Amino acid sequence: MSEVAGDFDDEDGSGTIKKFMFVNRKAPYGTVYALEGLEVVLITAAFDQDVSMVFMDDGVYQLVKGQNTKAIAMKNFSPTYRALDGYDIEKLYVERDSLEMRGLSESDLLVPVEVLSSAEMQVLMNDQDVVIAF
Amino acid sequence: MLHIVNKSPFENTTLASCLRVVGKGGDNALLLIEDGVYAITKNSDAGKAVHAVMGGVKVYALMPDVEARGMQDRVLEGVTMVDYAGFVDLVIEHNNVQSWL
Repeated sequence: MSEVAGDFDDEDGSGTIKKFMFVNRKAPYGTVYALEGLEVVLITAAFDQDVSMVFMDDGVYQLVKGQNTKAIAMKNFSPTYRALDGYDIEKLYVERDSLEMRGLSESDLLVPVEVLSSAEMQVLMNDQDVVIAF
Repeated sequence: MLHIVNKSPFENTTLASCLRVVGKGGDNALLLIEDGVYAITKNSDAGKAVHAVMGGVKVYALMPDVEARGMQDRVLEGVTMVDYAGFVDLVIEHNNVQSWL
């Protein structure tokens, strides 16, 4: 099947659906990667694709509860993660080792996630059609 | 001397290098800002490294950066929080400043 953009929404409504994984590895405010990645995830979901989000390394900091950016005059985009299920993005995965070395646990996170071992993450990653890293 | 670190200790060796050479005692101080504030998280690998130097080095963190990242309830005991005015005071109080880039 050709993969031009039109195939995402063809006349009979049966557009090609691929498995997209977004791998988030950066802390939220020190660089713009986290915010830009989130924008791309929302765009992908708008094309009715099968989206998974992975948070590992410093990416786990994106999901920490209680962020308040008032004093640094930047947008607090952390509430957006709670809105993701409204866009049918419900597959959020966090690597356990990344949490533990940062002194964090699942209860420190602002959305429900599935915590995976590195071995489980490897299997999940290998099952994707497209992997995009931020 | 005041040392300023702004990089996450988990994806950059900046903090480790700073801790290796930071002077002990006297007016030596470490100020963590931006993603550097993750270094003072309780029960984290980096937190243990910072804790190990706290006997000889005063450790400060920029509160606006800590709060932005939601880490305010997870900070090591013994770290002093400063605001932007406190940041300026630290720079003035120390005879020398190194910003680790």
